[in-house]
This record gives sequence, structure tokens and C-alpha cells, in this order.
Amino acid sequence: MHNGTRIKISNVSFYYGNLKVLSNISMDIYKNQVTAIIGPSGCGKSTFIRLLNRMNDLITKSKLEGSIYLDNKDIYKAKEDVVAIRRLVGMVFQKPNPFPKSIYENVAYGLEVNNIKDKAFIEHRVIESLRKAALWNEVKDRLHDSALKLSGGQQQRLCIARCLAVDPEVILFDEPCASLDPVSTKKIEELILELKSDYTIVIVTHNMQQAARVSDFTAFLYLGELVEFGHTEKIFTVPKNKKTEEYLTGKFG
Amino acid sequence: MKKDNIQNLGFLVLFLCIVITLFFLGTIIFFVVVRGAKVISLSFLFEAPRRAMTEGGVAPAIIGTFYLTLGAIIFALPLGVACAIYLCEYSPKSFVVNIIRMSINNLAGVPSVVFGLFGLAVFVKFFNFGVSILSGSLTLGILVLPSIISASQEALLAVPRSIREASLSLGASSWQTIKKIVIPTALPGILTGVILSIGRIAGETAPIMFTAATFYIKKYPSSIFSEVMVLPYHIYALMTEGTHPDKQTAIAYGCALILLILVLFVSALAIVIRQRQRSYHHA
Repeated sequence: MHNGTRIKISNVSFYYGNLKVLSNISMDIYKNQVTAIIGPSGCGKSTFIRLLNRMNDLITKSKLEGSIYLDNKDIYKAKEDVVAIRRLVGMVFQKPNPFPKSIYENVAYGLEVNNIKDKAFIEHRVIESLRKAALWNEVKDRLHDSALKLSGGQQQRLCIARCLAVDPEVILFDEPCASLDPVSTKKIEELILELKSDYTIVIVTHNMQQAARVSDFTAFLYLGELVEFGHTEKIFTVPKNKKTEEYLTGKFG
Repeated sequence: MKKDNIQNLGFLVLFLCIVITLFFLGTIIFFVVVRGAKVISLSFLFEAPRRAMTEGGVAPAIIGTFYLTLGAIIFALPLGVACAIYLCEYSPKSFVVNIIRMSINNLAGVPSVVFGLFGLAVFVKFFNFGVSILSGSLTLGILVLPSIISASQEALLAVPRSIREASLSLGASSWQTIKKIVIPTALPGILTGVILSIGRIAGETAPIMFTAATFYIKKYPSSIFSEVMVLPYHIYALMTEGTHPDKQTAIAYGCALILLILVLFVSALAIVIRQRQRSYHHA
């Protein structure tokens, strides 16, 4: 059913100060599969996904226990490697957050900060990334317009293109459709299914139907604990845990 | 009905406040323009004063004000922005840093004549720069540092966390994020601080009285170690010294008008730069 583990999460707990927000989580994220993280608000989904590219490093007074391995390398071990890790593990955020720059510059940014100077290569990669993110046809005539002129859905696809340009192995989606309309949401979901052949994808979602539509594996988090993890169809049809069933049938949320 | 009346009364009071403010602003501008315009001519702009300041132009003072303002900005802008970047982006959130922040804010409230004495003691005497453009620029620069720092800090803090995170998530280092994303985004706000500073520096008298300005000098400044005439101090000199108060008062208004125009011109330049930046940032 899957071709190996890309990220291994092993006994991970996470604290904000003294507050324990994630508790002893262990799970695998498989190559070229979509893994959905679901659960009610405040269950630690976003905190969890932000551990995978060390985005929580920015929070002072936070503490991690346990280990996270990317291709068998402990990403929390070597502190100076954080830039390299973020290059391998890209992220698309909850609200579209393009830079106040042109569409072209947005996509080229990741290459520039990684010291790629070859203009022809950058241009090629920008076009390729915009194509992959299904945005090229809408923006090809105005690449040098401000990215902020795009609609919300287009901005989110631009953020995906920006992420793809760096050529990551894993892409983390943190509730990517939370602020989008249904049409834009559908486009993003189709995109995720297409990207899966080239990338390993983790998506946090508030929307259970979305998890069912796009993911191969699903993890259900509740109050900072991993309640259940397995094949999406199994979780949604025959959940093993009572809590999972209650959440999926809308008894709480 | 009663509620409406109270509301209308409120609006009226607020409107009157605006009218009063505009009245004073208008009166000042009116008097300066009407009285100043009489003496302004090409020779007033391009010639040196003659006959104990009762005739001729004020060119040396215009040039002096320009040099001092430019010097102060060259000194204070990079230093102030760098301080703000450190305080906002790098400094740990500790007690000591809070004290530093508070001190900077308090520095903004120090009377400008105190800066003048400081400049005299440190730049003129201790570093032996003498009464010069250099001493005056440095003194004025220190005077405006606090306002440049706080304006820059506010502008930096206003850069949304989300785009900083986006940059970091693409494998940019903190420094790259600051250089390529945070500073360009904050630039319009920083420039606002600079605009306000320019207005303040150009009009200051007390800090340059002991450090840069001289009543009357025939030569144009030849280096950063020259003393200069400056517009605000020249106005002061015209109004307090000399033997022909009637002639001198007219010239003083001319100086005031030129000072206003000079500040307006520099501010307009900064506003244009800021607008060009902004139009890109807010589609």
C-alpha cells in the first residue's frame, strides 16, 4: 500500500512553557502518500505539523521531547541544519501569505535565498512551478504584477508554486483551504492529488470530508494525543476507537 | 431625538477643534508667505548677506541648513534603522532590553538645548571637531535618533508574522528574511519617520547654536569642518542683533518662508518614494 517511510515521528511530546500540547505521539508519514491530520480545534494539529519543518523553533520557551526523523535523519539534532530541513520540507499556510512582491519574484524568492543565481534556470523553474500549481494560465500575462492583486484562491496556489520552486520532498499544508471559497477549495484539492506522485504530503484539515477526499492515511488527534492512525478508508468506515467514531459522526467537534 | 442632539453637539465640538487648528496653521502660513514673499528674489536666494545683514541674500544659510540636515540623516538613518532591527528582530526579550527601549523613548523627551551642550562637550571639545558641519550634524543626528528608532520599530513590528514565516519556510535564514522581506515591507513606515525627522532637524536652533552655527560668515563652507550659517539661527540673529530692525525683520520672514519650502520639498521627495513603495505593497 505504500513505498516506505519518509518521516518517522517517535514518542514526540511538545510543551509551550509548562503546558503540554502534544503527548507522546508516534506515527509514520509515507512516501508519495497524502496523510491527513484531523481533530477538533485546539487539539494540536497545527502545532504538530509545524514540528515537521521546525517552524515551532520560532516560539520561545517551547520544548520538544522525542525525535522526528526525515529519511532516517534526526531533524532536531543538528541545529544549524534548520535551513536545509525547511528546504526539504515545504509549507503552505492557513491564510495565503504571498510576499508584497511581483508574482514572478514570489516564486523566484526561494531559489534566490538558496543562492541560485542562474537567471535562465530560475525562469524555467518559475514557469514550471506555476504550471504545476495550476496557476500559469491565469497569470502568464502579468507575471510582474503585484501578487497581492490576485484573488485569495490564486494567492494560495501562488504560495503552492512558491513552495514547489524550491523542490522540496515533503509539503506540509496547514489548513490550506480555511479561508477559501468552495471553487478554490476544489482546485487546491485536485492539485494535492496531482502533487502526490512527486511529493510526500501532510495536510492538516478541519474538514473531515476534505480528509476523506484527498488523503490515503488519516491521523486523529484529540487533546494533544494521537487517538487513531491508519488508512483513511478504514478510519472513516470502521474506526477502532470510540472517540474517533464520535468525532467523525459529529457528536463533538 | 435627544440622542441625536448629543451626537450633533459632539460632531460640532470636534469640527470646531479642527477649525481652530486650521485657523492657526493657516494664519502662520499666511503671514510667513505674505511677509516673506516680499523679500524673496533670485538674489535673495543666491547671494550672501551684505551690510550687516540688512541687504543681500541668505544663500550661505540655505546651504548650511541643507548640509546639516543631510549630514544628520546620513548619520542617524542607518544607525537608527540598525538599532530598530536589532531591538525588534534579534534582541532577547529581557529586562535589560526593556530598559534600553525605555531609555530611547525618554531620550526623545530631552530638551534640545541639552543636546546642544552635549554636542559642545563631546564633538566640539572632546573630539576636537570644532564648531563645524560635522559637530552640528552629529548633534542633530543624535537628537533625531530616538524618533527614527521608534518609527522604524513600529514599521518593523507591523510586518505580518505570516510573511516572515513564509520566507523562513522556504529555507531563508533570519538575516535573508529581514533583508529581503521585512525591511522592504517596512520601508514606507521607516521613511515616514525620516520625513518627520527632516522637518525637525531643519528647524532646530538650540542644538546647533554651540556646535555648528555662526552669526555671519562670508565664505561658503569648504569642508565638513567649516562653520556655517543656518536658516533658523539666522532668523534668531536677524531678530535680536543689528541696527536696522525694520529691514532685518523682513529678511527674517523671507528666511522663514525658505525654511518652510525647503522642508516641504524634502518631505515631498520622501513622500513620493514612500508612495511608490506602497503602491506595490498594497494592491
